[in-house]
Amino acid sequence: MRPFEYARAGSTAEAVRQFAPGTMYLGGGTNLVDLMRLGVAEPERLVDVSRLPLDAVEEQGDRVRVGATVRNTDLAAHPLIRARYPMLARAVLTGASGQVRNVATVAGNLLQRTRCTYFQDVTRPCNKRRPGSGCPAIAGDHGNLAVLGTSDACVATHPSDMAVALAALDAQVHVTGPGGDRIIPMPGLHRLPGEEPERDTVLAPGDLITAVELPPPPPGASLYRKVRERASFAFALVSIAAALDVGRDGTVTSCRIALGGVAHAPWRAERAERALIGGPATGEAFLQAAEAELEQARPLPRNAYKVPLARNLIVATLEELAP
Amino acid sequence: MTITLQVNGVPRTVDVDPRMSLLDLLRERLGLIGAKKGCDHGQCGACTVLIDGRRANACLALAVAVDGREITTVEGLATDGELHPLQSAFMEHDAFQCGYCTPGQLCSAAGMLGEPGPSAVTEDLLDDPDLTPEEISERMSGNLCRCGAYVGIVAAIGEVAR
Repeated sequence: MRPFEYARAGSTAEAVRQFAPGTMYLGGGTNLVDLMRLGVAEPERLVDVSRLPLDAVEEQGDRVRVGATVRNTDLAAHPLIRARYPMLARAVLTGASGQVRNVATVAGNLLQRTRCTYFQDVTRPCNKRRPGSGCPAIAGDHGNLAVLGTSDACVATHPSDMAVALAALDAQVHVTGPGGDRIIPMPGLHRLPGEEPERDTVLAPGDLITAVELPPPPPGASLYRKVRERASFAFALVSIAAALDVGRDGTVTSCRIALGGVAHAPWRAERAERALIGGPATGEAFLQAAEAELEQARPLPRNAYKVPLARNLIVATLEELAP
Repeated sequence: MTITLQVNGVPRTVDVDPRMSLLDLLRERLGLIGAKKGCDHGQCGACTVLIDGRRANACLALAVAVDGREITTVEGLATDGELHPLQSAFMEHDAFQCGYCTPGQLCSAAGMLGEPGPSAVTEDLLDDPDLTPEEISERMSGNLCRCGAYVGIVAAIGEVAR
């Protein structure tokens, strides 16, 4: 590991003041410390923000504000989250292990890096880690990589489960930084790779996430489902956060669908949602909506299975949610 | 940098490089070799300790970042020469073969028993479910046992959970 300076911030303002080129903010460290050990991240300075007083889950009218340093365990166990945002509690509980969830923060979960094996291996080229060096995944081991929104430069996926639920919930990410405060609506925090896969998010240098605000939950039933290679402590091959509300006449009145494991960002399935709203809540309609969404997929030879997997997962989840 | 930790109830003040993990501090500097280095990436759980009573991977914690915290390692689970109930249950149920993962399993189980709320396999999220074998397996998925002593591990933890 490269030598670095370590400093602890006492306030968000102090953290932002301590930021300089080469600085990274340290939350729980469950991803960053590992990336430093692998030589993927080489900060000159860490500003530890894990003890900032941003660890509350608070009811604010009909909204809930989740502080950036709330640990994943505490978020999933919180009575408000369990009762009002079950898909979020469920998504967090399917991520990582008990040990990691005890330490990992909400902001760190959003800002974790891809687990693409080439990104994590400094002996290999990777456009995300070393811009312009190439992407060996496209001709190589891409079995668990993206099928939607990819570019010729990068086919990495964003690994978070929590972020998929936040995308479906229209959560708002509160950010402070050298340029002041702002609010970024999910899924807009994360970018598609395009020509700049080194940028995972729209955040500017020195930006610090302070909270995630949850609007009132969507009407109807909701679910988070995750398909993976083993039953626990594994990243998603494909996951889905979905909510569905159906009127008395059997038409869909409200629908939210976000997919994980398929793109560089949590993927809000807007085409499928548009296809469903106002139409019948039938298996055939669900299939047509899923196919409308996945028409945009650009699978590679070894991850083409994700397209039918995502299609079937969308259909099965909506069928389970439909009355 | 100088940091002070409570380690198994004893205050320890040490000068550490910021790069040092809590695991390396415990093993290389404080002589506590119970916590094991398996993968050093947070994937195997052999290094699990309690930080302020909560289980965590000591390999993923920078020592400087846990300054001021209370650390409990497997060496600190027994009190006054009495084994922790989990330790006795692990012996009773043959919950190990080679023993390399056992300190991490014990610390992880000790932390897990204090964690409220549902898990990924809990049917009703509003429940604080009983720790069935299925619940224990899910909650302990951050600890690998390459000897495959899972049957004994789940039985041992289940006995203490009752």
